[in-house]
Amino acid sequence: MTRYSAIALAREGLLGHRGWRAAWRRVRPAAAYDAVVVGGGGHGLATAYYLAKNHGMRRVAVLERGWIGGGNTGRNTTVIRSNYFYPESVALYDLALRLYEDLSRELNYNIMLSQRGMLIAAHTPAQMEICARIANAMQLNGVDGELMDARRALERVPLLNQGSDARYRCLGGVWQGRAGVARHDAVAWAYARAASALGVDIVENCEVTGIAIEGGAVTGVETTLGPIRTERLGLAAAGATPALAAMAGARLPIHDYALQAFVSEPVKPVLDTVLLYLGTGTYVSQSDKGELVFGGGLDRVPTHGQRGNLPVQETVISGLLEMFPAFGQLKLLRQWAGVVDVVPDSSPILGPVGPEGLYVNCGWGTGGFKAIPAGGWLLAHLLAEGRHHEISRPFDLSRFAEGRLIDEAAGSGIAH
Amino acid sequence: MQRFPCPFCGPRDETEFHFAAEAGKHRPEPAPDVTDAAWADYLYMNDAPKGTAREVWVHLTCGEFFVMTRDTATRAVTDVAALPGRTP
Ligand SMILES: Cc1cc2nc3c(=O)[nH]c(=O)nc-3n(C[C@H](O)[C@H](O)[C@H](O)COP(=O)(O)OP(=O)(O)OC[C@H]3O[C@@H](n4cnc5c(N)ncnc54)[C@H](O)[C@@H]3O)c2cc1C
Ligand SMILES: [Zn+2]
Repeated sequence: MTRYSAIALAREGLLGHRGWRAAWRRVRPAAAYDAVVVGGGGHGLATAYYLAKNHGMRRVAVLERGWIGGGNTGRNTTVIRSNYFYPESVALYDLALRLYEDLSRELNYNIMLSQRGMLIAAHTPAQMEICARIANAMQLNGVDGELMDARRALERVPLLNQGSDARYRCLGGVWQGRAGVARHDAVAWAYARAASALGVDIVENCEVTGIAIEGGAVTGVETTLGPIRTERLGLAAAGATPALAAMAGARLPIHDYALQAFVSEPVKPVLDTVLLYLGTGTYVSQSDKGELVFGGGLDRVPTHGQRGNLPVQETVISGLLEMFPAFGQLKLLRQWAGVVDVVPDSSPILGPVGPEGLYVNCGWGTGGFKAIPAGGWLLAHLLAEGRHHEISRPFDLSRFAEGRLIDEAAGSGIAH
Repeated sequence: MQRFPCPFCGPRDETEFHFAAEAGKHRPEPAPDVTDAAWADYLYMNDAPKGTAREVWVHLTCGEFFVMTRDTATRAVTDVAALPGRTP
């Protein structure tokens, strides 16, 4: 692996950029691996990297039916934060945030992490009380979070509509200074490159079509590139995970919905933080290129089609314009959707399912980009050790039969 | 905007409808004999199929629940039917 550095960049600049190598090896899959991960999104690629790095497992493959990062990892709005309510969630998402904070250095790849802070803004006294409750919970859980009053909130987001016609005048909100955004493609590519350098095979255009089971244990997978033997199989396929689990006779508490994102034409800097408005459900940040990147709630129709519907577009865009009337002059450049795996308690599922040797990392729904380093770390632990890490244990599938839900939709009042 | 056909009211905007559950679930009974696993399966587990799906929907405007058969990838609706015992 050639190291990326300012010197390498300068040298290549002088030599016409002809010396760059492919960031990961292109391979045909081998006949057998010690562990196979299905899904080349952030979670699958991070799993492979940590299998090699933390557990010394090098005979590992990631099988991706399309191109890596082509699923939700390359479709999300890149908000990273750990302002959750329950201790189990904070332990999970803050592990991810701490790993993110050092990731560019560790993987020698600029993931463009920008900890510009995030404001969850409230416009009613009741919402402010909820915000105070979240801020208190975050502080009790040892994570930076504070209640912000209206004056300070408006200093952070001066363009916010405070006119006499404003329907949702901001009263303040919860602030997390360590929250921010990162470049989603870079996260996938950085993990792929680092995993490949440690010997992991990353196989694109390879769809898993069946799971082989003998004597109650996984023995391999069927793929469009032929059968592959393995006794440890990790599924990290977001909305496609229920169909994969069904190949092993397991069912999951997941509904698939489309979640949309929108990007405006680029403008000069107008917003230097991430804003989620409880009143409109719309959230927005500005990319380094100057585009406004925004989104909102789920389409209400279960689907596997990666495209959004018009009613939700109308809700999200009108929410944005209510918050920032000036943005009404902007043109929308792009709009798209990803199929997200939604769980009743808005928390992920991590752990064994079905036959021996099968583990899942799914159910991230609308908010799993921020969790990629932790999801990978924990699925790698499960695959390598055959048992839970203490941070993943509460997220085991058994919580549904045991009535131990970690209901973040109710707890933190925000879905993603 | 997609239109869904309510068996009682005819084609209406998708915003008037709400997805309720996958069709074909049977509540396990009698309650004292139902294991936690069987109950959790009934309450929470889904197939989330890609392609043809039979689902229970409610038309919020008239309040009727009904079964809709549609393709979850293309979104095309192929059939709607009132629940047993309800005549449109
Ligand atoms: C519009 C939108 C906005 C979002 N915004 C945010 C945000 O701001 N912050 C945040 O934290 N999260 C956000 N999310 C959620 C986040 O994107 C996801 O939770 C996260 O990317 C999931 O990563 P993953 O690796 O599990 O799944 P994916 O990236 O979807 O990867 C799964 C991969 O599995 C592959 N696959 C599926 N079936 C098979 C098969 N049979 N064989 C082989 N490969 C298969 C797919 O092709 C896919 O590449 C958003 C999502 C969307 C759609
Ligand atoms: Zn009706």
